[in-house]
Amino acid sequence: MSCANIVNSMNDSNTNGSTTVEKVNASLKRRYARERRFRRMGLSAVMLGLAFVSLLFLSIIGNGYSAFQQTKVRLAISFDEQLLDPSGERNPKVLSSADYNGLIKNALRQAFPAVQSRQDKKELYRLISNGGSFRLREMVLDDPAIIGTTRDVWLSADDDIDMLVKGHIDRNLTEDDRRVKDSVIAWIDQLDQQGAVDLAFNAGFFTSGDSREPEQAGIGGAIMGSIYTLLVTLVLSFPIGVAAAIYLEEFAPQNRWTDLIEVNINNLAAVPSIVFGLLGLAVFINFFGLPRSAPLVGGLVLTLMTLPTIIIASRAALKSVPPSIREAALGIGASRMQMVFHHVMPLAMPGMLTGTIIGMAQALGESAPLLMIGMVAFIVDIPGGPLDPSTVLPVQIFLWADSPERAFVERTSAAIMVLLGFLIVMNLLAVILRKRFERRW
Amino acid sequence: MQNSTLIIVLLLLMAMAYQLGRRRSRRLAIAGGGVRSLHSLPSYYGFYAAIWSGLPALLVFALWMAFQSSIITDLVIADLPESTRQLPEAQLGLVVNDIHNLASGNIVSKDIDPVMQLAAEHYLSLQQTADAALMVVVVSMALLGFSLAWRFISPELRARNSVERVVKGLLIASSTIAIFTTLGIVLSVLFEALRFFKAVPISEFLFGLEWSPQMAIREDQVGSSGAFGAIPLFAGTMLISLIAMTVAVPIGLMSAIYLSEYASSRLRAIAKPVLEILAGIPTVVYGFFAALTVAPFIRDSGSILGLDVSSESALAAGLVMGVMIIPFVSSLSDDVINAVPQAMRDASYGIGATQSETIRQVIIPGALPGIVGGVLLAVSRAIGETMIVVMAAGLSANLTANPLESVTTVTVQIVTLLVGDQEFDSPKTLAAFALGLLLFVVTLVLNVIALHVVRKYREQYE
Repeated sequence: MSCANIVNSMNDSNTNGSTTVEKVNASLKRRYARERRFRRMGLSAVMLGLAFVSLLFLSIIGNGYSAFQQTKVRLAISFDEQLLDPSGERNPKVLSSADYNGLIKNALRQAFPAVQSRQDKKELYRLISNGGSFRLREMVLDDPAIIGTTRDVWLSADDDIDMLVKGHIDRNLTEDDRRVKDSVIAWIDQLDQQGAVDLAFNAGFFTSGDSREPEQAGIGGAIMGSIYTLLVTLVLSFPIGVAAAIYLEEFAPQNRWTDLIEVNINNLAAVPSIVFGLLGLAVFINFFGLPRSAPLVGGLVLTLMTLPTIIIASRAALKSVPPSIREAALGIGASRMQMVFHHVMPLAMPGMLTGTIIGMAQALGESAPLLMIGMVAFIVDIPGGPLDPSTVLPVQIFLWADSPERAFVERTSAAIMVLLGFLIVMNLLAVILRKRFERRW
Repeated sequence: MQNSTLIIVLLLLMAMAYQLGRRRSRRLAIAGGGVRSLHSLPSYYGFYAAIWSGLPALLVFALWMAFQSSIITDLVIADLPESTRQLPEAQLGLVVNDIHNLASGNIVSKDIDPVMQLAAEHYLSLQQTADAALMVVVVSMALLGFSLAWRFISPELRARNSVERVVKGLLIASSTIAIFTTLGIVLSVLFEALRFFKAVPISEFLFGLEWSPQMAIREDQVGSSGAFGAIPLFAGTMLISLIAMTVAVPIGLMSAIYLSEYASSRLRAIAKPVLEILAGIPTVVYGFFAALTVAPFIRDSGSILGLDVSSESALAAGLVMGVMIIPFVSSLSDDVINAVPQAMRDASYGIGATQSETIRQVIIPGALPGIVGGVLLAVSRAIGETMIVVMAAGLSANLTANPLESVTTVTVQIVTLLVGDQEFDSPKTLAAFALGLLLFVVTLVLNVIALHVVRKYREQYE
């Protein structure tokens, strides 16, 4: 538009008598202002983008970092023989079905003798996570000799107490607006003064499976599910992707069939992921009768999804190997197959691996198609193989994000941090691989 | 795991065949005057033997696996008493299911009667026979194949050519998987969608204004009309995509322009990868961010302004989706901006245009087809995006253009219809496949147009 202005002003200058230079000079201020404005717009767009990145990370980390710690409460548990093993035979069967919750209740009653009413006692018992009894059972089964003694044991607190200790529950609110009652806060403060409340590293978060109780829920099962799913994906998609790329790049004749394959690959790369889920549901589960929720099916679906990525990257890697390598190999009498597998493929391997890692990173973050094939079930057990029902890390995040408890917000954010950690490591690996082995001819 | 043992046994046999084949070729070569007398290198004779022993056996194994269960089930049904066999198909299916469960020690739906017990035992014994037979057949196939290869191996055998032919066949097979995938998507979605259109006319689906997929179980049930008009879903999808594009296109385009035309190399080296991070973040993370941070923020700021904002507003989902698409738009525009020849810039500067004038009047018009193609690709991403809308947008199908209200999208409905328990032939589940078909077709058309535009434009300058 201002180009046109210049031309116009040139024409005008003949009629108006003022020189072109004057006209241009007069417009310069306006044009420079516009230049500055445009530049500022560009800069603010970049800054806005960067701000989104930092906002996203800050909000996730701010919400989630505390989940790596878990509030523990120290209780003096007396392993009462009367309660655990009245017959004194130390029979493992009797020991494993004994009432360990009773031990915790006794210990709590002893710590707070003033609590008398039924209602208050009920509140008191809820201080400790009901996973505590499993912990005690393990201790007794490991070493039955501790029966009859009194030990100080650190037990996980209930999720509400956990939130209170971490400061996620506002103590200034009125009692009715809070999830925790005044009396509970007083008990916790009392315990805290005795040094019996502590924040410890939350190892259970990484090792245990899902649970309805936030303080017992962990991402161990989801991580194993993700590993099995990715393993299936890798085992299938890497060889198939590389083989397809080699055929298309080195052997395929230029004809309609090859064109059709190429068009298909390019289109599959842009098909919404949920459509792959529909394919998995209709073909793998309903037609072939494979088990629902299994990492095997998830891996198959993700294979189909990541194949285009791997094929496209591998083809680019093969293309970057110079023709002289091929000609040299053929010249000393190698067959075409030998030329490809002995000379071209090893040189293209870093590029192929980079593409595969990026494809795997995509597969690790994918959740929509897995919802379709039933990997959203609530699964407590840690899967032991690719046919066991399981869930994956992103779907676990999706499941937890739906839970109303405040403690699950924290855990969801922490699971996201773990997921992003894995993704960053994978992408760094790809970058390093590319930097280290990339050759330019 | 009987099958995995079988596979391992087969792999071991193949490894053995490789070794034996190689050794045999070397031994044969001694007579003819060393390795040179062989047609191919010794290892090719090894591969030749391994392929002969492995490939036919694997094929038999795969075919057997595909048909074993249906043949056994048929045999068991044929053995059931006449009265049971006369049952209608659905009930027979239930009986068969019970037999399966009984045989594998699971919980059975009703009391076990002797007939069932007998059938289950029959099933188990057939299964055991079949497993044993499979083992014998596969292993003997492998041995047979190997003995044939042993017989064939001679110095004149063109072992390399045969091996390379098999390898080439595998390469071709791998490359056709893309076609089978597309075919699989089209067929699976199309068949279920056609079944859906038998129950619900296609015109009602495409042009109906009401969407409430809950089917009435009883005739007189209230509020379960089972209406399958998809217009509200299209409107919701369009609304959210529109919001996403109004965020992503200006920011993505402007940052691409700034980074490629103005920014110092230091800023570019930092800002570009950081923006690319946005592309690598899983969508479920965006969904969580939208539901937990953005949606409450919009609702609260709306209530300060006196607006009634839904907690699942289209605005929240659209904004976050826009952020997700920024790097997509910016990297595609970056490509096309860089493809504009330097000569055009120089010409523009030469007649005295400022940098922004050059960008606005020379570069952008020159790159416009590419940018449009990129935007179309971004739209297809936005339409197909699932997790953000599942977590941050609503479920109720409102026909509205107000971004502060809650709307639902095609992908959200697919997920809600298919997640959880489902009977597979109710219109409710089939509707998900009809929506999937629609989604596939729309994104396919957008992609084809976009790729075509981008490619055509690129050729102009090359």
